[in-house]
Amino acid sequence: MAGKNNIHTLSVDSSTKHLAEVRDFVAAHAKNVGLSEKDISEIRLAVDEAFTNIIKHAYKNTTSKPVKIELGFDPSKLWISIMDEGEGFKPDEYKAPDILKRIKNKQRGGMGVFLIQKLMDQVQYNRKGQMNEIRMVKNL
Amino acid sequence: MKNFTIAKRQIENISVLDISGELDAHTASQLENSLKALIDEKQFKIIVNCARLEYIASAGLGVFMAYIEDVRGLGGDIKLTNMNDRVYNVFDLLGFPTLYDIHDDEQEAISGF
Repeated sequence: MAGKNNIHTLSVDSSTKHLAEVRDFVAAHAKNVGLSEKDISEIRLAVDEAFTNIIKHAYKNTTSKPVKIELGFDPSKLWISIMDEGEGFKPDEYKAPDILKRIKNKQRGGMGVFLIQKLMDQVQYNRKGQMNEIRMVKNL
Repeated sequence: MKNFTIAKRQIENISVLDISGELDAHTASQLENSLKALIDEKQFKIIVNCARLEYIASAGLGVFMAYIEDVRGLGGDIKLTNMNDRVYNVFDLLGFPTLYDIHDDEQEAISGF
């Protein structure tokens, strides 16, 4: 079990202006745990995509809503939870994007969830009361 | 703090955008505005040089997705060059290398027009 000292939190508003700060927060802690450069860059991207999806979909681009990022680790894994109080995500209804079709239709987006799944070892979506949680795990 | 910048160059009838820094959902609108401006000026032969691009998220790729079809339909292309391995890996994960003209070197992209 992770001790309390191994858990770090960051709370920000649901604005894309915080993206770099959120990425740097998880990257700094992942570096302290001793993850490789490749793993760190994958975690940065996964967290970016999850945070961006919360802003766009859970909060529909409202920029002043709460988002909490929690990061912890134990000898076997590093985990990151991102929590919001917006509209929940239904992973069962998600389909992997057909990029060619989207280009033809001049659509964009829909790639974040797919990337998160590719980049992390485990991804879970939980609903706790009014709160949504995406929990992402990277094995050490 | 500004963590993404774009500079524009012209090589004969080809417009080159040098992008540097971090391209994410916050900074993607800058790239979008630059591409829109080129299309408005009827500059359809576009190279985006990524030599100094340190990071890209899917919101950045989304900008390329939104304009490539229009530009190709008008006889041009958006060619991407000089990506570092981490940036290329994101394009690769999403299958972009089969859909976009991506080159190691800007000169190759110029010759491709």
